[in-house]
Amino acid sequence: MGDYSGDMATHSTESTAELRDRARAAAPVYTRTAIALHWIAALLIVCNLALGVTMISLALSPFTLRLYAWHKWIGITVFLTAAARLAWRWAHPAPPAVAMSAWRRRVAAGTHAALYVLMLAIPLSGWVYSSSTGVSVVYLGLVPLPDLVGKDKALAGVLKAVHAALNFTLLALVCVHVGAALRHHAADRNGVLPRMLPFLRPD
Amino acid sequence: MKMLHSFVPSLAVMLMAASGGAGAQGVLIDRSEIRFVAKQTGGGVEGRFRRWKANVDFRPKDPAKSRAAFEIELASIDLASEETESEVRRPAWFDTAKFPVAKFESTTVRGLGGDRYEIDGRLSIKGVTRDISVPVALKTDAGGNSVAEGQFTVKRLDFRIGEGMWADTDAVANEVVIRIRMVLPPVQ
Repeated sequence: MGDYSGDMATHSTESTAELRDRARAAAPVYTRTAIALHWIAALLIVCNLALGVTMISLALSPFTLRLYAWHKWIGITVFLTAAARLAWRWAHPAPPAVAMSAWRRRVAAGTHAALYVLMLAIPLSGWVYSSSTGVSVVYLGLVPLPDLVGKDKALAGVLKAVHAALNFTLLALVCVHVGAALRHHAADRNGVLPRMLPFLRPD
Repeated sequence: MKMLHSFVPSLAVMLMAASGGAGAQGVLIDRSEIRFVAKQTGGGVEGRFRRWKANVDFRPKDPAKSRAAFEIELASIDLASEETESEVRRPAWFDTAKFPVAKFESTTVRGLGGDRYEIDGRLSIKGVTRDISVPVALKTDAGGNSVAEGQFTVKRLDFRIGEGMWADTDAVANEVVIRIRMVLPPVQ
């Protein structure tokens, strides 16, 4: 795709170290596709967290049932987006890490890995929870998804708690992720945030 | 409710009745079920009734003399969650305080050839009575019991189930598929 502004691919004869230096000098950003998928996922996740908390606090009504349906559709979309991002990332590796201490790099890598796992696991936990209550999911009202388990009240109670716990974990990790990005940008001024928000670049 | 001729109960049925079973006449109630599938915003919602009584006298060789009667305790509904279960007990839905029991009584049983039968009868829910027709297939299980399975569709709004805002059939479809499975001990 040649989406990197650093245009690294054409310098394949250079050593990895030279490549990294060039890349840093050019402050490569994520590909446009990776950036778009990241912000779509971010928007969907924030909306769906708010939607989930709202719908369970409302009395049952036809409108509430629709909120539940939308919540499931958005969740499945987050799953698809995360799968697409992993596939894209495998074919188009993330830009090289900026200079930072080893522990911060480890925390960043761990947080990113956990975010991917949760973006896949949370929609699945919601889907299997819905199945366990005897409610089938029809994605966008068009694509019937299979029931992953049979109706089972005891299992439903467990899966509801699992779905909620995973979401609280996600919320905590999103706070860490956003906090780290802001710290990189405001305190460290190391160009991490502009990789995902290219309009922040000074040039 | 009229007491109908029933099978001589097997020991199992007597034991079940003695242990506080639902008082079925001849139906092995723990192995039988009354389930349904409704549709909510396009997706299927499964449920069943936990407590019901049955009086069934099924005579495969003389269908015209067969009879079936059911009483279903509507508050015993098993749905997705306790929240939805208590919702459908409310006046807008089943109004179980006023109409605790749904009843079915057969009027005609016909053989359709082979192991297929059709049971016509009257279904009463929430003060509304409608004629319905239930096609049934009869099998024999390994233990020699007769297993009658049938399914039919009712329109919930015919019975005022889901009034007011809940009449919205895009949120909850009008058609509800009811599936019955009755296990009857062998005639002795």
